Amino acid sequence: MFNKDRWKEILEVLTSNWFRTVLTAFGVFWGILILIILLAAGKGLENGIKSDFGDIATNTMFMWTRNTTKPYKGLPKGRRFNFKVDDVQSIKDNIPNLRFVSPRNRLGGFGGGNNVVRGINVGAYNVYGDYPEIIKQEPMAITSGRFINYSDIKEKKKIAIIGEGVKTGLYKKEEKVLGTYIKIQGISFLVVGTYKKKSNDGDGEEAQKEIYVPFTAFSQAFNRGDNVGWMAITANDGSSISNLKERIVALVKENRKVHPEDKRAVGNFDLYEQYNRVESLFGAMRFIAYFVGVLVLLSGIIGVSNIMLIVVKERTKEIGIRRALGEDPWSIKLQILMESIFLTIISGMAGITFGALFIYGINKMLDMNGPVDMFVNPSVSLGVVVAALMILIVSGLLAGFIPAQSAIKTKPIDALRAE
Amino acid sequence: MIEIKDLHKSYKMGSNSLHVLKGINFSVKEGELVAIMGSSGSGKSTLLNILGMLDELDEGSYTLDGVPIKNLNETKAAQYRNKFLGFVFQSFNLINYKSAMENVALPLYYQKVGRKERQEKALKYLEQVGLKEWATHLPNELSGGQKQRVAIARAMAAEPKVLLADEPTGALDSKTSYEVMDLIQKINDQGNTILLVTHEPDIADMCKRIVHLKDGVIIEDKKVEQVRASQYV
Repeated sequence: MFNKDRWKEILEVLTSNWFRTVLTAFGVFWGILILIILLAAGKGLENGIKSDFGDIATNTMFMWTRNTTKPYKGLPKGRRFNFKVDDVQSIKDNIPNLRFVSPRNRLGGFGGGNNVVRGINVGAYNVYGDYPEIIKQEPMAITSGRFINYSDIKEKKKIAIIGEGVKTGLYKKEEKVLGTYIKIQGISFLVVGTYKKKSNDGDGEEAQKEIYVPFTAFSQAFNRGDNVGWMAITANDGSSISNLKERIVALVKENRKVHPEDKRAVGNFDLYEQYNRVESLFGAMRFIAYFVGVLVLLSGIIGVSNIMLIVVKERTKEIGIRRALGEDPWSIKLQILMESIFLTIISGMAGITFGALFIYGINKMLDMNGPVDMFVNPSVSLGVVVAALMILIVSGLLAGFIPAQSAIKTKPIDALRAE
Repeated sequence: MIEIKDLHKSYKMGSNSLHVLKGINFSVKEGELVAIMGSSGSGKSTLLNILGMLDELDEGSYTLDGVPIKNLNETKAAQYRNKFLGFVFQSFNLINYKSAMENVALPLYYQKVGRKERQEKALKYLEQVGLKEWATHLPNELSGGQKQRVAIARAMAAEPKVLLADEPTGALDSKTSYEVMDLIQKINDQGNTILLVTHEPDIADMCKRIVHLKDGVIIEDKKVEQVRASQYV
């Protein structure tokens, strides 16, 4: 196969009609280029959407209470209820494979009145009573100081971690933040840290205007007793939260004496389900990219096959001569197949290279003009390139197969008579 | 060298069958120079094709140098052609994108002879036909007579048992025809067995034996006094 004479012959045949060879190669080149660009564009969109999820632990559900809609065990419908601190322990004890269960209480909220005061500055911010694990479920970068820890929880320390947005609202530029006090609904908290959340969707601004305080201190300061307003629950990596959701909700319903079929009493949001929905959307997009790309490639392959048939037809007499001189039919077949594979691979490689350059150019442009919404780092992995090469080799074989067969189908005596 | 017994061959043309060779008995000894003559349709080319293993016989037997030739698959036939036979065609049948030397080296390539040795041998045979300085030229840069001499060199390169020539002078004027015949006679003088098909009596007279074919049977098989082509050159 790695025979100098054979390669010389392949090159002689392919270069004997440059224009035709280039036109034929273009079909394959175009097909693989389209495939690469489609896959890269899909990847860019995927990267863009996924960066919106940020570092949030996606295997997470959020859960909150609403009014009951069914009477149960002598309790009326329309009853307002809360989770209790006991529920957290009960969930941890009864449901396996959970990584974090973080209860939360909250003050303020979107459109709420001013609730935080520092000197002459006031502001309306979300104030959360949280556990230390929340930073792993809703990742944020601590830009100075520290986050809540368990000794804060145990000792009910009145400390606060404020967002960069809060800092700009309550403090002058260059003013020292750590070690100062802010008043949340009239109660003083010591600022021990600042954070910044990575988020580039519409909530980006709002996400920086939050204040985190220890859950226990919050409950005590704002009279929440053992009530819990909201929970973030993350499952272990191996198991999906979507599968555990039913059991968790059923458990808290039983604990809180809510009718088991009261579907509205416990509200929840399953991030994992949303994530999976997006994932399957991208799966479908990848499928479409492959489908369209491979079909375009296929038309290129048919072009190659067609030209190879013509080449074989043109060389009928030559093939007849060579067989009369004693060339093995298999050697002729191999020759045609190699010509076809060679042409396919060369033009395919050109397509891959050109596609890579194109993607490189797009990335350069994205870098220069700043980020674009929902489109980040379009790229194809090495795996895709290897797969594309495999497709090329196989398709080169397929393209050459029929022509090679027809080359040795004609008997040498008939081939010699051909003009 | 060649033994043919009761050879029959017919072609199917739709529902009709055309009986071309009707029982040929014929043998050739080593070193002979045989002309097969006959008008068109007499079956002389068919006979040569069967001898050249390019076509299969229907009935009878064919033995070449003691090897029975029958039921060959394509691969085997190709091997035998390569090993036993050299072909010279009326229309030269050189491969036009290969140089004279590469054309001559082709049968050696199929015998998997190494590149260097191939080139040496090819040059040697080109020298024998007087075309050494044309070795790097493509066929379309050569005249008809030169092309046929390259084809003869190619046929001889594999050192075959028998050289088969199908109207080798059919596309040439008389002067170059005689030159080519002179070459063929010289090759025969070295002891090579040669069969050639022709319908020109003067070419046939330059052989040592003439076989006349008519309507698929041999009507005459005679030894003749050889006319040397060199006197016309």
